[in-house]
Parts: sequence; C-alpha cells; structure tokens
Amino acid sequence: MIELDKVAMSYGGRTLFQDVSLSISPGSFHFLTGPSGAGKTTLLKLCSLELGAQSGHLKLLGQDVQGIDRDQIARMRRRIGVVHQDSRFVDHLSVAENVMLPVAVSGRSTDVSGDLGELLGWVGLADAAERTPPELSGGERQRVALARAIILSPEIVLADEPTGNVDWDMSLRLLDLLIELNRLGKTILCATHDLNLIRHAKSRVSARVLRIKDGAVALAGAGL
Amino acid sequence: MSRLRDFLIGDPTATRIVPPSGFTAVLTIASAAAMAFLAVFAIALHLATGELAARWEAELAGTATVRIPASENAEADAAAVLTALSQTPGIVEARRLTDEEQLVLLAPWFGDGVPLDRLRLPVLIEVLETDAGPDVTGLSERISAEAPGAVYDNHSRWRVPLANAASRLRQLGAVSLLLIAGVTAVTIALAASSALAANGQVIDVLRIVGARDGWIAAAFTRRFTMRAFAGALGGTIIGMIAVALVPGGVETGVLSGLGFDGLQWLWPLLVPFVAAGLAFGATWVAAARRLKEDG
Ligand SMILES: Nc1ncnc2c1ncn2[C@@H]1O[C@H](COP(=O)(O)OP(=O)(O)OP(=O)(O)O)[C@@H](O)[C@H]1O
Ligand SMILES: [Mg+2]
Repeated sequence: MIELDKVAMSYGGRTLFQDVSLSISPGSFHFLTGPSGAGKTTLLKLCSLELGAQSGHLKLLGQDVQGIDRDQIARMRRRIGVVHQDSRFVDHLSVAENVMLPVAVSGRSTDVSGDLGELLGWVGLADAAERTPPELSGGERQRVALARAIILSPEIVLADEPTGNVDWDMSLRLLDLLIELNRLGKTILCATHDLNLIRHAKSRVSARVLRIKDGAVALAGAGL
Repeated sequence: MSRLRDFLIGDPTATRIVPPSGFTAVLTIASAAAMAFLAVFAIALHLATGELAARWEAELAGTATVRIPASENAEADAAAVLTALSQTPGIVEARRLTDEEQLVLLAPWFGDGVPLDRLRLPVLIEVLETDAGPDVTGLSERISAEAPGAVYDNHSRWRVPLANAASRLRQLGAVSLLLIAGVTAVTIALAASSALAANGQVIDVLRIVGARDGWIAAAFTRRFTMRAFAGALGGTIIGMIAVALVPGGVETGVLSGLGFDGLQWLWPLLVPFVAAGLAFGATWVAAARRLKEDG
C-alpha cells in the first residue's frame, strides 16, 4: 500500500533520511513515533505527495509515483485522507462545507449529507457545523481535519498528531474512529508522541510501531 | 451545452471557494462597470458617426448650385448657363430658384419681407446631377466662359471634409472599443492573478483534498466571470440611461445622431456578455499559468 525503497530526503543540504526502506501493507495500522524534529511530519508528507524525495522510489496504492502528473496526484489524494499537524481550512466556509470539500472537488454528486451529520457527531462537532474554522479551538480544528480526511472513505489515512490538542477522552474517541476505519479495511499511519495512546491502541488492534530516529526508521519491539 | 450549464450553476461550494469580497472583487466589478459604461458611449459614437456620414452623403450628393454674381447681365448670363447645362451630359435637371425660394433662404438672416428688388442678389440655379455626375472641370470652365464670375458648386468643398471627419470618428469609436476590451481583459486577468496569489492557503487546502488544477481554475474563473458580468451589466445600464439623456433633436445638429434608435438598443446589451466572455478567457489563462507556476 505504501512502499518506500531507499528514500533519501534533505532540506537545503541537511540530510534527514538517507536510506529509508519501508513497506506498509493494506489494512494495517501503524504508529509513527520518534523525537521532535526526527522527521515524522516529513515522512507523512512524502506519503501524501506534498514533498518529493531526493532519491529512491515511492509506491502508493500499487502505483509508482515517480513522474506522475498533477492530475494523477490529485486523483490519488482523493484515495488518501490526510490530517496535518497544523491543519488548514478555507476560513470563510463553514465547518460543514470544509468537511465536504473533498466531495466537492471530486465532482461526486452523491448525497452524503447524512454521513456528514453522523461524522460530525462522531468527532464531537455536531453543534459546530455552521461555525467557521477560525472560531474553533486547536483540538476542534484537529477533529474537523480528521472528519474532512475520511469523508470520502479513503483507502489510506495519514494522521499527524491527530490527538495533539485534545484531552484524553477525546483522544480515545478519535482513536476509536481510526480503529473503526481500520476494521473497515483502511490502512492507517498515525504519527504521535503519546505512548499511552499507542499502548491503549495495541490493546484493541494489532497496531505496529515505527520508530524514526537519526535518519532511520525501524519497527519498534514490544516494549516500544 | 450541459457543460455550459454546469459552469454557470456550478457546485455551490465551488463557487464559494473564492472569498466573496475583498480588493480583487471590488477591482473586477468596478473596472467592468466603468469599461462597460465607456463601451456604450463608444458604440453610440460608432453608430452615430456612421449614420451622420451616410446622411450627409445622401443629402448633398447629386445636387449642385450655380451662382451667378449680381450684375446688369445676370439675367442673360443665367439663360446662357441654363442652356449650357441642358446640353451637358450628367445633368438631370437645372432650374433657376424663384424669388420666393430665395426669400425663404434669406429669411433666417434678414427676417420676413426682405425687399428683394432693392438687394443685389446673385442668381442661383439648382442643379440635379445623375449618379455619375458631369465632368465638373469641363463644366466649370464652360460656365465661367458663358457668365463671367459664375461658379459651379457641387458642395464637395465641405461635403468631403465632413464625410472624412465622420468616418475618422467612426474609426476612433471602433479603436476605442478594442482598447476598452483589451484594458478590461488585462485588468481582470491581473485581479484574478492577485486573487490567486492572495489565496495561497485556499489553493493548498484544495490540493490536499484532491482538487485538480482545472477544478480550481474553474472555481476562480466562474467567480470572476460572474463579477465581470454583474459589473458590466450595471455599467451598461447606467451608460444607456446617460445616452438616452443626451439632448437630441434636429436643433442640436451634429449631436442629434448620438443615441440609439429602435433595434440599435440591442447593441449595448451585448456589452455585459462580451465582458463576461473576456473575463472568462482572461481568468482562465491567468489561473492556468499561476497554478502551473506554483506547482
Ligand atoms: N520546509 C522545511 N525547510 C527546512 N527544514 C525543515 C522544513 N520542514 C521541516 N524541516 C526540518 O526537518 C526536521 C524534521 O521536521 P519534521 O517536521 O518532519 O519533524 P517531526 O518529527 O514531525 O517533529 P515534531 O514531532 O516536532 O512534529 C526538523 O529539524 C525541521 O526543522
Ligand atoms: Mg511533526
């Protein structure tokens, strides 16, 4: 589903990864952890095609992304839901319209308004549908971003600290959402610092933990 | 056709993607309105001068006047000139103006009841030419030989410059229309381009959720086309009211032609549609370039 083969990545001469190879199979649940500045966000952005690797190969959804054109990238992104660490929105549109953006841009005319209400309820934002993003707290924004990421039922969900700004109860609720998506067969890759969250998840699904440190990515052992 | 409908109606969210207000919106609407207003006048000028030229041509072409200076021989000279005219090819008819007719001509200057017999007036002969007309040079020579000082005047002296002026004004009207169209397109392209630059965040968000460049460009293009249409419609209506209020009537002479008659009122109504078309093209090109650049 996501395959990295000897990927190297650097910012302005400063090398972040040298030789990262990684294979994430369909329907799996992975956490991505590591110290701040290790490159978790960077790795997720490589997978959402927001950044391009300096060298190596990346395969997404069974397709080599080397040299694919912009329209193909757009189509691929509809199959990948992304929650950024600092999610951005169209600030003059309502929360409901922002969540529906992937539907609007995909040109699907199917009625998903029922799903929308259910989804907003699930992320605890049923009452916020008509507010605009600038009126929301950090945690509320994260939840809107998660709802937007999954409205099209994507095959892959990439989540960057989705529980970064919410309390423990809400974290568990968002985790439930990710676990539920995983049960529906979606591939989940979630970056987090929160070891408690990872532990909790491991008690419920067979999640694996990728640890990123010093330019290398390794599968962590049972003890994290 | 259904694509046009899709474009006009669009997806409600897609239309609202572009921020509803702001500097570029005002710029687009205001410049479309101002340009439409000017375009209405340029169209009026173009139509009016065309008519003016045609009218002057029609009224004056084919007629001429022979003026014989007042003298003791004037009567004899007039008879000789009339004979000469009747023998000249290219002349349909030649007729001496009666005293009453001369009185009518003089009335605007001297009032009624001019004592003609005490004024030394030239004798006037009205001439109707065929379409081809006479050989004016030969005829002039012959007339001045028959009656010294007599002049054959086919009005070309002032008809030609008037017709030239009218056709030059007509050309200026057309050039103005082209310039107005060009400035409108450029202004809207710049407005659209700066709107795209100012909305980098919106575009990033759209890309993340999988919008194609074409979809983003269409959203911006639709918004700017609608704005240009609305602005131009307003400008056109105000322009048409202004043209309708230009004082008309025969008394105003040259200006009497500035205005629209009957079906001519349909021409300015094209302006908002042309403006929308220009905005569509300009925004599409600007958006396509911009989106490609920051890819
Ligand atoms: N656009 C950029 N230009 C230059 N350097 C960058 C850029 N983005 C990230 N970096 C650097 O790359 C490194 C990895 O950044 P990244 O955001 O991937 O870390 P992270 O693991 O997500 O950290 P955190 O846990 O704090 O979110 C950091 O040292 C950061 O300063
Ligand atoms: Mg990060």
